[in-house]
Amino acid sequence: MIEILSYGFMQKAFVTGIVTATACSLLGVFLVLRRYALMGDGLAHISFGGVALGILFNFMPYTSALLFSILGALGILKLKEKTLVHSDTAIAIISYTSLGIGIFIASIAGGFNVDLLSYLFGSILAIQTSEVAVSVALALIVIAVISLFYHDLFYMAFDEESAKTSGIKTGMLNSLLVVLTAITVVSAMRVVGLLLASALIVLPAASALQYNTSFKKTLLISAATSVFSVVTGLVLAYYYDYAVSGTIILLNAGLFLVALVVNKVRAR
Amino acid sequence: MQIEQRMEKKKVIELKDVQYAYGNNVVLSDITFSIEKGDFLGLIGPNGSGKTTLLKLILGLYPLKAGSIKLFGTDIASFREWAMIGYVPQKATNIDAIFPSTVKEVVAMGLLSRKSFPKIIGSADDGKITKALKTVGMERFGDKRIGELSGGQQQRIFIARALISEPDILFLDEPTTGVDQTTQESFYQLLGELNREGITIVLVSHDIGRITKYVTKVASLNTVLEFYGNHKEFCAYDPEHCHEESEQHRLCLDRG
Repeated sequence: MIEILSYGFMQKAFVTGIVTATACSLLGVFLVLRRYALMGDGLAHISFGGVALGILFNFMPYTSALLFSILGALGILKLKEKTLVHSDTAIAIISYTSLGIGIFIASIAGGFNVDLLSYLFGSILAIQTSEVAVSVALALIVIAVISLFYHDLFYMAFDEESAKTSGIKTGMLNSLLVVLTAITVVSAMRVVGLLLASALIVLPAASALQYNTSFKKTLLISAATSVFSVVTGLVLAYYYDYAVSGTIILLNAGLFLVALVVNKVRAR
Repeated sequence: MQIEQRMEKKKVIELKDVQYAYGNNVVLSDITFSIEKGDFLGLIGPNGSGKTTLLKLILGLYPLKAGSIKLFGTDIASFREWAMIGYVPQKATNIDAIFPSTVKEVVAMGLLSRKSFPKIIGSADDGKITKALKTVGMERFGDKRIGELSGGQQQRIFIARALISEPDILFLDEPTTGVDQTTQESFYQLLGELNREGITIVLVSHDIGRITKYVTKVASLNTVLEFYGNHKEFCAYDPEHCHEESEQHRLCLDRG
């Protein structure tokens, strides 16, 4: 274990992975309870268009991915509010449009498919120092904002109408929640890739919810599940040369099964 | 004398020419009445009569399209003193059975209307949470998960959540739906005690016969306001649904 930590690339991977996994898992609890579980998936598709644009014009794909993702998130909310479109359909319309943009750019530009794949499937072991800084900064912003608005987000997740009658600005918080999701997806795109970023948001939260405990403990279990899967996934990938993102998600899926069994046993 | 004293009572809610429609379907038309401090108002009417819509307009949950609503003298659009308001929503629409929350966490939500940013709920608030739970007779259930409680117990927890901010007025929307009769009786008695302590109560119910036993005033809706008056006037208007004067009503009359 000490040997792993002596390598710079592994240090970067652990730091990025742990901070990002924490942000994903905390946000995930709110999203799953609000029935927004697939919002992260839609925003990841939207980010793909931004990444392709960034690579094409040779600027940091994080910037364009973040721009696409945040604008897309707000676009989904507006489409849902102002038209006769349901939220899942709104996510589909905007995410597929952006995905189409990404594929179109990739096909006309050519030559950067390898780069694009590293964003789709993640490449945490090859992450650059500048990317570590951006990913960690984004994840820390998400954790800080969730901490600041914790009580309001909790009340809104439980009962939006009552929260509103307590003076909580639920419209603003809903926008904040989707913007945080957009930021989280981008922070996780080098860790597990855009295709699996949403899994890092949904699976730990789904596992934690099986334990039927208090809200605070649920957040802690979600974070612990997520961090454990990332650390273990990195260690396994190092020793056995597995694909990191796939290993992390499979570990998360395994922990969800464990949570299901524990819940069933306790219910007897 | 009694009438004069009533005239002096402070109006906490004033509705004037309130109208509301879902598309072309008018659900409320020309609703004008006011609620005074200390009232225990039963807002009654059959299903689909516009009761819940009116309640949501009063609480600012729906945008007001026509007419005016004032809370404590302030227009609903600019009302910000939410700590003065306690709201207990319909049970059926409220609880996600798997929601991970203890009773204490739910009650603590009610403190948020009195907190400023960044909102922190700490050990200093534990006493308030315990007191609110004691008021509704649920102090032993603080560490239970909300989903483990029965419907009647959950409603008591929501009342505790509404009471913890020490509101001046408590709104309850069909709070006893799906709750057995014994639990309903003790629930309404609790509301009576709260009203005697000075909290104005607005109780929405389609169960006209049951709640008129407890309230001091009745507003009967069916798109329009069909009746508004005190218990005695309601008995003259609708003897079929009138119960004998309750202790609550007698106390109210004694207070003038």
